[in-house]
Amino acid sequence: MTAEPTTPVPKPARRFALLSNRAGAVFLTPAGLLVALFVIIPFFWVIFVSFTNRTLLGRTALNPEFVGLANYFALFDPSNFFQRGQFGFSLILTTQFVLASALIGQALLGLLLAWLIQTVPPWIKRLTETFVIAAWILPEVVIGFAWFAFLDRDQGTLNAMLTSVGLPRGDFLLQQPFWVIVVFNTWRGAAFSMMLFNSAFSSIPPSYFQAADVAGASSWQKFKDIALPLIRGHVVTDLILITMWTFNTFTPFLLTNGGPSYRTELLSIYNYRVAFRDFEFGKGAAVGVIIMLVNLAFALIYLTIGRKKRV
Amino acid sequence: MKLTFPAFAGRIAFSALAALLGAIFALPLIWFIFAPFNARAELGITVPDPWTLSNFMTVFQNNFAMQALWNSLIQSIGGVILVGAAATLAAYALSRSSIPGKGAVTYILLLFSSVVSGSAAMVPIFLIVSAMGLIDSHLAVILTFAGGLLPTAMFILRDFIDSIPKSYEESAMVAGASPVQAFFDVALPVIRPGIVVVVVWAFVNIWGSFLIPFILLRSDKLMPASVAIYSFYSEAGTPTVTLLAAYSLIYSLPVIILYLFVSWKFGFRFFGGIKA
Repeated sequence: MTAEPTTPVPKPARRFALLSNRAGAVFLTPAGLLVALFVIIPFFWVIFVSFTNRTLLGRTALNPEFVGLANYFALFDPSNFFQRGQFGFSLILTTQFVLASALIGQALLGLLLAWLIQTVPPWIKRLTETFVIAAWILPEVVIGFAWFAFLDRDQGTLNAMLTSVGLPRGDFLLQQPFWVIVVFNTWRGAAFSMMLFNSAFSSIPPSYFQAADVAGASSWQKFKDIALPLIRGHVVTDLILITMWTFNTFTPFLLTNGGPSYRTELLSIYNYRVAFRDFEFGKGAAVGVIIMLVNLAFALIYLTIGRKKRV
Repeated sequence: MKLTFPAFAGRIAFSALAALLGAIFALPLIWFIFAPFNARAELGITVPDPWTLSNFMTVFQNNFAMQALWNSLIQSIGGVILVGAAATLAAYALSRSSIPGKGAVTYILLLFSSVVSGSAAMVPIFLIVSAMGLIDSHLAVILTFAGGLLPTAMFILRDFIDSIPKSYEESAMVAGASPVQAFFDVALPVIRPGIVVVVVWAFVNIWGSFLIPFILLRSDKLMPASVAIYSFYSEAGTPTVTLLAAYSLIYSLPVIILYLFVSWKFGFRFFGGIKA
């Protein structure tokens, strides 16, 4: 990129700034263009497309017509809103998924793990952390395949363990697909909560806990009465972030493809199917707009809290 | 300090629970320790007999698989260069110039970048890329990731640059350097650790991503490894387990190595705070 100014190098600004406004503008240009093109324009374009009947193929691909709110009426059509494979079903499924796998699964498991590794011997701490973090950093496709193998009906590790203790085999991806993706997402994302709570716990002065030890407090009392009140801010941050990530995740697609028969079709996967399998871009865009509205609500809460903390 | 018996028992219970949870987290991954080295690997866990590298040879001889790794590399490195360069320049400007509305820019960028996720914006991103005539090209993936990762990258780097005293560049300018010289010769070397963090973070994000290349690319010869692996195991028929096991391990290696590098060099806190 030839951002190097050909004009004479700007003189040092008179006001106390190291970079003149002109040089600053030049420095900002490449990033500004890329962000505008792939973040800001998509935000407005998706709203625009959601009011049209644009498709991937055919006549309306080139000359989409303005259809007003028709796409939204189609999404919120009360006659089939709750049917499998429809928007309402997907919306409710996603809500349940976020509640179960992020707010309950990841947050509680992360909190438990973070509390446990405060006191256990270092080698156990390191070993546990390693596997929890591995689940979080490995590429999602690898994780998807790992679980595909893990849950396999005939040879999978899980079924091998079940039969070895005398329990019946199960084809979990077919029988309990929703709970599979809940457990899967909890497993995949618990590391973030663990690390966040871990650093929150270690910011508490050890003397607080020593005083409690002298008074003979149990671990549960120390957790409930000392640690938890002190890390309340971190808990809120954690809950908002993992809610947003879980709400937007596409990873379960790699395990279940949204099936069987739409039973794991989260909003992100529904959006993909409507837009790129059924080729209805207008309707897909409307789903995108709704996802963005939910994101916006959470992001505003998060930024407001973050700002208050900084001031 | 002497431990009372209940406290001692409590410690043991805690350790046992932590170890148990660690083991549960390890279970789905143990397969990857054995299967890549087992020429007759199936979906179950079996200790290889004998241990062999023949699965890796199969991968190296599979043109599609190797091409896909190469494509991942092109897309990740291309994206990383763009993100690194553009974010450094922009973060420096946001930190060191007095352009009006700097604070608002950062706030709005953060807001937009968390609202416009891949799941929400797949339709408009596809339409913009096809309007630019870039569908099914490396550049499409590179530019999309650069745009998407830049806000966070700028935010991290701006924080980093803010923490560096201005006196470094000021003394250079007193000695007669122009602001641009002060940036390239004085500031840049000091910012380098921050850039390394951003670059590693961006690389891991692009390398591991699935959705964006999945919707923007069509031809086999451009597919990155993530999409290739998915097509290996999701398509009808039995997946070639031996190939997949070794291939997944090779594909994961850069991420593991970079992770170890970052945790050795910076402590792993930064991985915790950020994710696209």
